[in-house]
Amino acid sequence: MTSGAHLLVVDDELQIRRFLRISLEAHGYRVDEVETGAEAIRKVAQLRPDLVILDMELPDMDGLTVLKSLREWTSTPVIILSVRDSDQDKILALDAGADDYVTKPFSVDELMARIRVAQRHSIPQETSPIFTHGRLSVDLVARTVKVDGEIIKLTPTEYALLRYMIQYAGKVITHRQILREVWGIEYMNETHYLRVYFAQLRQKIEENPAMPQILLTESGVGYRLSQIT
Amino acid sequence: MDTNDNRPDPDALLMAIQKQTATQERGNLKIFLGMSAGVGKTYTMLGSAHQFKAEGGDVVVGYIETHKRPETDALLVGLEIIPPLQIDYRGAMLREVDIDAILARKPHVVLIDELAHTNAQGSRHTKRYQDVLDLIEAGVDVWTTVNVQHFESRADAVRQITGITIQETIPDSLLDFANEIELIDLSPQDLRKRLSEGKVYTSERIDAAMNNFFRVGNLTALREMALRLTAEHVDHKLQDYMQIKRIAGPWKSGERLMVAVGSSPFSERLIRWTRRVAYNLEAEWLAVYIETTNPPTPEDKKRLARNITLARSLGAEIVMGRDDNIPQAIIKIAQQRNVSQIVIGKPQHTPLQSILRGGSLVDKIIRMSGEIDILVVTGDEGASETSHRPILLNPEFRSKRHHYLWAVVAFIFIMALDFVIYNLFLLDYQALALIDLFGVLLVATYIGRGPAVLVATLSALWWNFFFTTPRFTLQIEQTQDLILFILYFAIAIFTGNLTARLRQQEKRAQYNEERTKALYRLAHETATAIDMNDVLQTAIDQISRVFDADIAILLTDEDGLRQPVNLTNTMPISEKEFGVAHWVYTHKKPAGRFTDTLSLASAQYMPLLTPTRVVGVIGIRTHRDERLSFDQESLLETFISQIALVIERELLDESAEQSAMLRESERLYTTLLNSISHELRTPIATIKGASSSLLNHATNDNIQNRTQLIHDIEDSADRLNRLVENLLDMSRLESGRLSLKWDWCDLTDIIGVALKQLSECQSRDIQLDLPIQLPLIYMDFGLMVQIFVNLLDNACRYTPPDKPIRITASQYQKQLHVSVIDKGTGIPPELLDRVFDKFYRLPNTVTGGTGLGLSISRGLAEAHKATLKAENMPEGGAKFTLILSLLQSPPPVQEAKYD
Repeated sequence: MTSGAHLLVVDDELQIRRFLRISLEAHGYRVDEVETGAEAIRKVAQLRPDLVILDMELPDMDGLTVLKSLREWTSTPVIILSVRDSDQDKILALDAGADDYVTKPFSVDELMARIRVAQRHSIPQETSPIFTHGRLSVDLVARTVKVDGEIIKLTPTEYALLRYMIQYAGKVITHRQILREVWGIEYMNETHYLRVYFAQLRQKIEENPAMPQILLTESGVGYRLSQIT
Repeated sequence: MDTNDNRPDPDALLMAIQKQTATQERGNLKIFLGMSAGVGKTYTMLGSAHQFKAEGGDVVVGYIETHKRPETDALLVGLEIIPPLQIDYRGAMLREVDIDAILARKPHVVLIDELAHTNAQGSRHTKRYQDVLDLIEAGVDVWTTVNVQHFESRADAVRQITGITIQETIPDSLLDFANEIELIDLSPQDLRKRLSEGKVYTSERIDAAMNNFFRVGNLTALREMALRLTAEHVDHKLQDYMQIKRIAGPWKSGERLMVAVGSSPFSERLIRWTRRVAYNLEAEWLAVYIETTNPPTPEDKKRLARNITLARSLGAEIVMGRDDNIPQAIIKIAQQRNVSQIVIGKPQHTPLQSILRGGSLVDKIIRMSGEIDILVVTGDEGASETSHRPILLNPEFRSKRHHYLWAVVAFIFIMALDFVIYNLFLLDYQALALIDLFGVLLVATYIGRGPAVLVATLSALWWNFFFTTPRFTLQIEQTQDLILFILYFAIAIFTGNLTARLRQQEKRAQYNEERTKALYRLAHETATAIDMNDVLQTAIDQISRVFDADIAILLTDEDGLRQPVNLTNTMPISEKEFGVAHWVYTHKKPAGRFTDTLSLASAQYMPLLTPTRVVGVIGIRTHRDERLSFDQESLLETFISQIALVIERELLDESAEQSAMLRESERLYTTLLNSISHELRTPIATIKGASSSLLNHATNDNIQNRTQLIHDIEDSADRLNRLVENLLDMSRLESGRLSLKWDWCDLTDIIGVALKQLSECQSRDIQLDLPIQLPLIYMDFGLMVQIFVNLLDNACRYTPPDKPIRITASQYQKQLHVSVIDKGTGIPPELLDRVFDKFYRLPNTVTGGTGLGLSISRGLAEAHKATLKAENMPEGGAKFTLILSLLQSPPPVQEAKYD
């Protein structure tokens, strides 16, 4: 599904647009470019791309404004390009409907992995009842979790949490989103819940809980279940 | 002092040149001099002003007194007049010169009439000439008028000639100051004619004037005086000119005069006389005052102050001494200062009194004078009217009345004793004399000379009356009794004198000791003061104690004088007082109470002067609100210069500290620049080099080379990125703009994220020794990750790649210790704390790395109120430990609810 997908790149830096175009086109994507937020909004409406790569630092308007404006009428996946110390901005963007983010400077591989994940999640897929990731195998119907073939016991909350992460496998979820989904809207600020539960989960399913391969922490933003490559 | 030959005296030459250059920056003073009122000084001045104006000059009228003479009035027309200040003095409207308005207007020339005028109370200065001096200092030329009678040195003579005492006098030094003197000369006959024509005074006063002041004899004498004065001035100007142009001429005689000053009005005459002689001899002159243990009366103090001020204003150097032996002190000072002639007044005591006192002052001085000439000057008849306490002659410790009473008591005791002994022990009466003498000695030792003399007299008479034959008479029969009688007296007086002198010396030594102690205490306390406030507090305490006064010290900053620091015992300063202090600061001269300037202030203000500048102003108000004695004033001056020096020392310390800080930040800046530039340039060089190689066909063909070069470019980008982030972190820490997002964090999580970020550590053996159940910590997640990123980067970079790195965590009571342990070479023990300094890199380390990492880690740790320290492991290698406090625990978690 990746070849032929139509991407719109929104960035005011010529050289960034250039390397993106070269790499993405080399991987079979069709790439269009715009330099400003206003143009982006117009072009998305006009061209209806499959995915938008949106830089947050645009000359004419805030990337967040562009995102919100887009989300008013389209659910086209949006991946934002952000900088390191803007955790707050990333959370705002994700909460406002961005699907994922990469932090500048980034490698193109990383971006393309995110693009694939975002695309996968934007198309309603046939969900397989079994989810496997390395040593982990989860039967979503039977609600059993096996690690290295052995069934392990998870508390209902742990399971709910794992299932939620599987649902959005590969995509970053903010703390608030997880808390709201799993615990409810009143728990949206209880980050320590996540710390405790993810630690517990990791202890149970990760080979080395201190260096997790499956449940990854996105520093300052949220968590991500790593993609199966 | 040298030069009897015709070579220019370098000191004098310098003085003349300095005078010359100084006058060029100042305004010029032109004096229109006349012999009396009515010669036409103001008239001539106005005429010159009109001419000056016609030639294009900028001249304004500061103050003109027309005395309602129509001709003068007419000349005012056409000149710009600056309105005078109106001062209300006891209901009368007085007009005074408005100095500030003139300064604001800044004309080239300003006309100010009547230089000798005394200003109304409430004016800035007491005398108009001081205002004129201010204007001249500010660069404004002043033309003024004055009569010859107003000059200090002439006032005496004028009084003798005309019988009129001149009240308003001005110092002779103003003549030196003046650049031009224009003499308005009129023959006495012409002047009288003008007077009779009503051109000088209104008609009622003409007759009286004609017969008193305006007599021909008077006017002639005054005219001569005015002419002489002008001639002397020209002569001096010529001398100065010749000196500067190095024209050989009659040089100064090398004389130096000294006059002894006291509180008698006679001193005044001596001073004026000495001034005139010194002026004519082109000699310097000193006025010396010797203070004794005899305290002067307030009357004396006031007169003495006036005499000293007079001497000073006439140009004498004032020298003060403290000795009870006045002639000795005078001679000593004269010898020290190379005085060639001493001026002294004729003795006033009768010859008998002189003998009794061991010779008059004059005789003693003449005897001790050695090489110095003595000039003896006649006194004034008028002088003897005032009470003449012989301060300048042999000082005595004046016994008070009650001492004499005690003496009488002692006498009665002696009387009784004699009686008892005589009758009881049947001793011969001669022996009694010795017992009486002993009694007199006791009185002399413990009471005083006067009482001792009294007791001696009484007991001698008593002895004579009661014991010598014939008894009960005052006659003495036997010769040996007579001898005894006379000797008794002599011994009594002599010993009395001796003991009295001893006691005086003792008192003097005590006084000197006190004084030295006070000075030492001040010096010691201020030397050990910690900071400026301490210095000021010490100074205020010391001075207020020694002088029994209220003190305020005002310091300066770049803008000028500041309000006084609020310390204990500081005298409060009102706005007006501050204005006085400010004047002192700008003019570097004392002002306020008991001075000539702004004397209505409530305290006296003096500048704190060091050789280089004014560091502040000190205000002092004695509790008894009286003028300080000269001794006290000189002690105060010493105190003040000491304090000024200490304040300057503090200021220099502060500026040295600032310089040191500046140098330190310069050093850091250079280090930063050096390390950053290297760190920046290396990856950039790699990127440039690798990419340009890739553009080159030869290298581009080989796929392995290509891949390698591209990897190098990518690594360099990562390295640059790390550097930029480090610099940003550093600057955020420095600027204090670090905003922490406090939240509950899982330490294991943090370390995991940190490890993931470090490409350098991917290939290394990292051992994690973390307990499973670690308590959550309340920190900023992202910043904590940064701490560990930096610590791990440090460990990976500076230890051999084959050595493992261990991360441990353990809980000690309320603290969590997290350590990164490596197996490198460790850190030299003395540098264990220095490694955390900005840009500090251990000597002999591989290149690469900015030296910022550990510093950032520590800064971030401290922002979290945690500590980061370094130690060496016993088996080798370094251990960095982060200590976090676990003061809180998170609320317990709940399972999610399901419907």
